[in-house]
Amino acid sequence: MASKPLNGAQVIIECLKREGIDTVFGYPGGNVIPIFDAILDSDIKLVLSRHEQGATHAADGYARVTGKTGVVLVTSGPGATNTLTGIYTAYMDSIPLVILTGQTVTGSLGADAFQECDTSGMSFASVKHSYLVKNTNDLPRIIKEAFYIAHSGRQGPVLIDIPKDVSTAPCTAPFVDNATLPGYKIPGKAEQEYIEQAAATIKKSKKPLILAGHGAAISGAGRAVKELAEKLGAPVSSTLLGLGVFPASHELSLGMTGMHGTVAANKAIHECDLLISIGSRFDDRITAKLSEFAKQCEVVHIDIDPAEYGKVITPRHFLCGDAKIVLEQLLPLTEKLDSSEWLKTVFAWKKKYPLHYPKQGGLRVQHVVQTLHEVTNGKAIVIADVGQHQMWTAQFFKCDYPGQFLTSGGAGTMGFGLPAAIGVAFGNKTGFPVCAILGDGGFQMTLCELATAQVNKLPIKIFVMDNHFLGMVRQWQDIFYDKRYSGVLMENNPDFVKLAKAYGMEAFCVSRNADVKRTIEKAMEYNDGPVLIHCECEQEDNVFPMIPPGASIDDILTERPKAVLEKPTGGT
Amino acid sequence: MFPAHAISILVSNKPGALVRIALVFSRRGYNIDSLVVSPTIDDSISRMNIVARGNPETLAQIIQQLEKLVDVIQAKDHTRQNVVEKELALLKICCKRDERTELLQLCDHFKAITIDMTESSMIIQVTGNSEKIEAMLSICKKFEIVEFVRSGKIIMMRGENKT
Repeated sequence: MASKPLNGAQVIIECLKREGIDTVFGYPGGNVIPIFDAILDSDIKLVLSRHEQGATHAADGYARVTGKTGVVLVTSGPGATNTLTGIYTAYMDSIPLVILTGQTVTGSLGADAFQECDTSGMSFASVKHSYLVKNTNDLPRIIKEAFYIAHSGRQGPVLIDIPKDVSTAPCTAPFVDNATLPGYKIPGKAEQEYIEQAAATIKKSKKPLILAGHGAAISGAGRAVKELAEKLGAPVSSTLLGLGVFPASHELSLGMTGMHGTVAANKAIHECDLLISIGSRFDDRITAKLSEFAKQCEVVHIDIDPAEYGKVITPRHFLCGDAKIVLEQLLPLTEKLDSSEWLKTVFAWKKKYPLHYPKQGGLRVQHVVQTLHEVTNGKAIVIADVGQHQMWTAQFFKCDYPGQFLTSGGAGTMGFGLPAAIGVAFGNKTGFPVCAILGDGGFQMTLCELATAQVNKLPIKIFVMDNHFLGMVRQWQDIFYDKRYSGVLMENNPDFVKLAKAYGMEAFCVSRNADVKRTIEKAMEYNDGPVLIHCECEQEDNVFPMIPPGASIDDILTERPKAVLEKPTGGT
Repeated sequence: MFPAHAISILVSNKPGALVRIALVFSRRGYNIDSLVVSPTIDDSISRMNIVARGNPETLAQIIQQLEKLVDVIQAKDHTRQNVVEKELALLKICCKRDERTELLQLCDHFKAITIDMTESSMIIQVTGNSEKIEAMLSICKKFEIVEFVRSGKIIMMRGENKT
């Protein structure tokens, strides 16, 4: 007698196993029960979050630290809508995710059935691709395609909406080994002709600058970037998500560029004669005033996404391909440049305009971050939420290792930090401790995930930088809106130590600069699950340097201006 | 007013493809004037002819973003290229007996044909490029037009080159 065919749910789990998936982040509901049932019979670890947004950010953090595709499993309707912020966050930062959502039975689609919504339709604006599965026998093909799309080319999230009758019906289709997608092209190598043209331009430069972006990190191009910088004699600046690609402690490193980047990195980008961008998409946070950006230099733009060509700027050379492969093509054609005068200038800026912060007053986030770097000897994975503390972490936690700094860059999603750190803790094989740096605002958006961290005894050091303000917005209102604070005061914050303890978690509080080191050491030594460190910080500190949005590099602020500035002309 | 662009797309016959394509235009401020979706000789692939208006500087980005869609096999801008372009329009006109001769003369001039006729009405079918259809419509405005519908533009490269 032939064996009974697997049902749709069992086939989904088998497909996940075939994709090498060992961890799934999810939250159940009526329409996804069959898949939750099937997962019980596998050795895939199911991580139950406390909210679907948390599950999605956790899968995102897991994907960032492992380089694998993160998998989310949630139910229909509100379960699916709750993942949207997480999907958009992953989309903006090119993170590979596969999101499996339950759906009402196919016969009820479009009939406003209980917990029905047009999930795939809703996803269109923020996924790389999406599917609504109408037939159980399509499952093996669709799942194969979804993982292939998510993890190839410019990576991104792919959503699969699975009606309940599809997951319960028997599947007679065979498993699929390869995806066949006639319209889907993956750039790998750049055209040799373009490489040679770019190399010829590079040879002429006397004032070169490399900009390392997230694409360089994703493709694992760290070593190639370093080789290129040293070979050319070119300084390296970094985008927010490119931090760590090139070691911050390297002589040629100028640190982060852009709105809250270093003066040296920003001056260099506006005075270089050659800009080699490796996997950056010229976000408005990087370019400042676009009409003045990179006007004086030749641009070599390396990107895996052909649609990035001319999207923001039109470079002299566009090399479409995987950053690491393209650099390996380019390296043999490059030689040392006559850049010694330029390096002298750049190093002088670096010396003249170091990052600094006031030492007087209350506890400073910058000091906490610096001390964390000191105590861990820089060997930690740091996940920042979004806001002032994020920028201070980017500035003061000097990253020497690719992939050690994670944050929501493109989307700027508050609430990302804690759940992402949970995903990182599940996937972390580096041996580095996992440290989440959160603000009191962002933390409270997803703090229900404290339970997920505690129940799994995850070794996460959770720093809550509490200034009782939504600090970044307050800073703008301070500088551009005549200190008219509107909707930024975090009144009645709970006692975060008591809150953590209510979850059964160890917690410490620190409010004086002098106690920071001892407290961090204590937290790092603690080895029985997560620990929360409540940092009572200076309330009205501002992040500098700052280039006001829409302004140019010449308008960079290194301290609080005495007069109220014009309201910014740029976007956010 | 922004100029019209004629775009031809080959797309896998998959659910949602049309919405994804429409979103690429709307997100970048483009208005779609006309849209024709039709099968090709390969059952799994459809052809879309889109005429859309918007900032010409954004057009290259729109083509690149269309090409990026997983289901899109090819997207090309054929504006001001050597292409054959055709539209078909139907005009339903209420006409009295004494107006009929003039209308039929007009049809003759525009190589239009009548495809329905009653005592008091006729339906005229006119084909050609957009300007010709506009011209026919404009002249017919002196009559009582009951309904007007046009197919949208279809385009094909002249010569051996593929569209």
